Amino acid sequence: MSASLEKGIHALKEQVDSTVAAFFSSCVHCGMCADACLFYTETGEPERMPINKVEPLRRIWKSEYTLLGRIGKLFGLTKKVDDKLLTEWETLVYDSCTLCGRCSMVCPVGNDIALMIRKTREGMAVAGHAPEGLIGATTRAITIGSPMGVKLPALQAQIRHVEESTGKTIPVDVEGAEYMLLLSSMEIMNFPEFIEAVSKIFDRAGVSWTISTEAFEATNSGIQIGVSDLAAELVQRIVDAAEKLKVKTVISPECGHAYMAIRWEGPNLVGKPFSFKVRHILEVLNELREQGKLEISSRETQKLTYHDPCQISRRGGVINEPRSLLDMVADNFVEMPDTGKMNWCCGAGGGVSSNERADEIRLKVFQRKKEQLDAIKPDAIVSACSNCRLNLEDALEEYNMDIPLLSLTEMLADHLAD
Amino acid sequence: MSEIEFLDWVRGPGFQIAAVIFVAGVIIRILEILMLGRKKNLAEARGSEMLGGLRTIVTRSMHDKATFQRSAFTIVSGYIFHTGLLLSIFFFAPHILMFKEVFGLSWPSLPTPVIDALAVISIIALLTIIARRMSNKVMRFLNTPGDYLAWLLTITPLVTGYMAFHRIGLPAPTLLAIHILSVEILLVLFPFTKLMHAFTLFMARWYNGAISGYRGVAS
Amino acid sequence: MSDRKNTAQADLTLGEVLRKRGISRRSFLKFCAATASMMAMPPSMVPAIAAALEKARRPSVIWLSFQECTGCTESLTRSHSTTIESLIFDHISLDYHHTLQAAAGTHAEAARIASMEENFGKYLLIVDGSIPMGNPGYSTIAGVSNHDMLMETAKGAAAVIAVGTCAAYGGIPHADPNPTGAVSVGDLIKDKPIINVPGCPPIPVVITGVLTHFLTFGELPELDHIGRPMAFYGKSIHDRCYRRPFYDKGLFAETFDDEGAKKGWCLYKLGCKGPTTYNACATTKWNDGTSFPIEAGHPCLGCSEPDFWDGGGFYKALSMPTENITQNIIYAAAGAAAAGVAVGALNRAKKSKAQATHQKVKLEDLNK
Repeated sequence: MSASLEKGIHALKEQVDSTVAAFFSSCVHCGMCADACLFYTETGEPERMPINKVEPLRRIWKSEYTLLGRIGKLFGLTKKVDDKLLTEWETLVYDSCTLCGRCSMVCPVGNDIALMIRKTREGMAVAGHAPEGLIGATTRAITIGSPMGVKLPALQAQIRHVEESTGKTIPVDVEGAEYMLLLSSMEIMNFPEFIEAVSKIFDRAGVSWTISTEAFEATNSGIQIGVSDLAAELVQRIVDAAEKLKVKTVISPECGHAYMAIRWEGPNLVGKPFSFKVRHILEVLNELREQGKLEISSRETQKLTYHDPCQISRRGGVINEPRSLLDMVADNFVEMPDTGKMNWCCGAGGGVSSNERADEIRLKVFQRKKEQLDAIKPDAIVSACSNCRLNLEDALEEYNMDIPLLSLTEMLADHLAD
Repeated sequence: MSEIEFLDWVRGPGFQIAAVIFVAGVIIRILEILMLGRKKNLAEARGSEMLGGLRTIVTRSMHDKATFQRSAFTIVSGYIFHTGLLLSIFFFAPHILMFKEVFGLSWPSLPTPVIDALAVISIIALLTIIARRMSNKVMRFLNTPGDYLAWLLTITPLVTGYMAFHRIGLPAPTLLAIHILSVEILLVLFPFTKLMHAFTLFMARWYNGAISGYRGVAS
Repeated sequence: MSDRKNTAQADLTLGEVLRKRGISRRSFLKFCAATASMMAMPPSMVPAIAAALEKARRPSVIWLSFQECTGCTESLTRSHSTTIESLIFDHISLDYHHTLQAAAGTHAEAARIASMEENFGKYLLIVDGSIPMGNPGYSTIAGVSNHDMLMETAKGAAAVIAVGTCAAYGGIPHADPNPTGAVSVGDLIKDKPIINVPGCPPIPVVITGVLTHFLTFGELPELDHIGRPMAFYGKSIHDRCYRRPFYDKGLFAETFDDEGAKKGWCLYKLGCKGPTTYNACATTKWNDGTSFPIEAGHPCLGCSEPDFWDGGGFYKALSMPTENITQNIIYAAAGAAAAGVAVGALNRAKKSKAQATHQKVKLEDLNK
């Protein structure tokens, strides 16, 4: 096993660029990011405030890339990055941050702190300071193809179940299809209804689509643990499959970080632009709606709200689409206080849900979401991320709240006209 | 050294030294940051980097209601102090004369009593800011000697300027000289402290807005 | 002959002299009251001043002129009417003053020596002009260097009054680059009480006021930190300026002939040194109380302050830098751009190296 402090420092050096330098040069220690972070607001522990989490990266920037720092380093005056620091910071960087990026929206000088935490993880991971849970998930993703260890036969079994219940064939490995659908392991294992829903909608809308047996997994533990090389390997599998099947568009499923990984980080990880487009399933559905290909025959009457998955809304840009779709199908849609790009994270993103060590704090910071929900008391919560969905269900149970979770895609399928 | 000699020194060689260090320091710091560069984004864009960046430079000065309520003290005190400071720096008639002499540009001034009031308000705001910095849990955790230094560098010219204007305590030439000297110390240390944010915040906001804008999010 | 006359007059008190000149008791008390108020003393002091002046003996005064322009003497002697101030001035026994005295050459110097010997320890020494230390030959009187004459004459003086900015602080001869190595009286004399009465020239009543004080109390008036009588130099021109309200409101003349100038607005932007200059011009005024420079529409030059000639120009506002900053800023910016590019290149190189030596991360790199 070859993780080392040197590798970590080397990785951090690689991560510093003009954005990081501009951000660190601008921080005035105002503390506003603390007020924007659920890990601070719900624990009241100052060390969990966002800007503190990037201290290892800051030290490298300071000592390696600033004039004063370089001079200071000659005299041994700069603070060093050592194993003690990284050990201490491990729980801050991984357990106490979901990379939700809410801090990046309020920082008055404009620091994208979430981006810096993402970069900090690059150093932490190769220095051997990533949480066991995430290392396990990443290992499974690389070796088995899924962080949850889901293999192709499991998917094939689920596809068979869906085909049996709908009587329709799910297109697999169809060359030249317009869309290639990716799935998250959670959808395969916990929410196979999603596959059914997509199949139903696409069938009605006459969309040509397929699932690749070579790359069906959408999630990417590599970007969560912060190892771009491994993340790139996972992305490359999708790129290869999409190119092989010559699809026009790859669809990211209801999973937040999967969208971030394939849509925004993907081309940058593999180092070249994609020959195909990447769209979130909600973007595709909204396009169908605009084209008049989504006909519904009934509407939701219960009081609904939408939980914005951070990586899809704030960090991903898919904010209006779910609302347009909800408008079409819901009579009583209510926004939570702080919504859209300012929504509060459920507390389980950014690899926190794969990290058992963080379970306690994950449930604790859910209080923020609970407060939002208490303010509007919805009958059901709609979302578009299986990870959010699982966590919300888990936490609602923990807090004895009885609010069902709905997938937007599945809900649309339910109301589709025959 | 007589007080007039002191005054002449700060108006002459002192100012010269401070201005040179300030300008050189700021330029070096900015280049040091920009030349690090960043990778071109290879993902298909959903919006404009440039527009997003420019938008955030402006909009980051205004917060949504909920954020305002959460961080009301920081935002209000920050606004008051920055407004008072910038207006009294750039709109006090004698200061404008200085800018005119150095840069050849001039603009209308604010009435002196207004500047006087603004200076007092800024000083009060800065005092509340330091009181909070010393008492608030988050701030105490974040505090570094650099924070206190930057605070001191900022409030000193305000206080000495107020004293020089009202001629409190010392002979007038000495007061004026101390005021100018305090500004010179500020200028000399500016590029090497967090005061540098006055320039880099535009870069930081632009990057933030560009990163979000590229993904179609108005940050 | 003049010596004998002087000696005879010296025996009279000031009161006797004034009465001989036909000055009424009423006028005398009026003068005493005016002096008291001018020197910021309470009215209760008036009888004491009157009594003291009444009895004051005629003091011997030696006036030395060094590197000067005679402006100070002009200022004192060009009174418009015969005033009690001028009589006070008349009353002193001015034993040596090479502009005013009738004697010349050896006789003049003899008068100085005689007075020094006769009144050793009691005479007042008034000096105008600075003293060149660079080369004694820059300024000599009767073959004696200014320095030597000053040191010699100061020995027996009861007190020294440095009249004018040159004597008080070096003045114009001392201005950069000070070719003669000019110094002030205070720079050389350390063992005598010195009163500085700066100004270029000083206001006449300030000199008589100081004399009056000395005659009345036999001691020096209260002085500020640079040796000036507080009574006259306690407040700045700015604090007493009738244009001050315009400064406070931010109304300034921008040029000498604009609307602001015509309306009598503040002259700060035209380089007025009133805010840093301590003198009585704004209250006592000049030319028999007619006006003072600011009233005539010209900014204060700051002539009663040390180094007033080196303040970067009379028409440069106090808030302006006195040197050419602009050019240096341009040079600094150009140099910094080069240095910044160099520093930036170092940063880039370091980062490129880090990226070039990147080792592809494998799964086993995640564990220690």
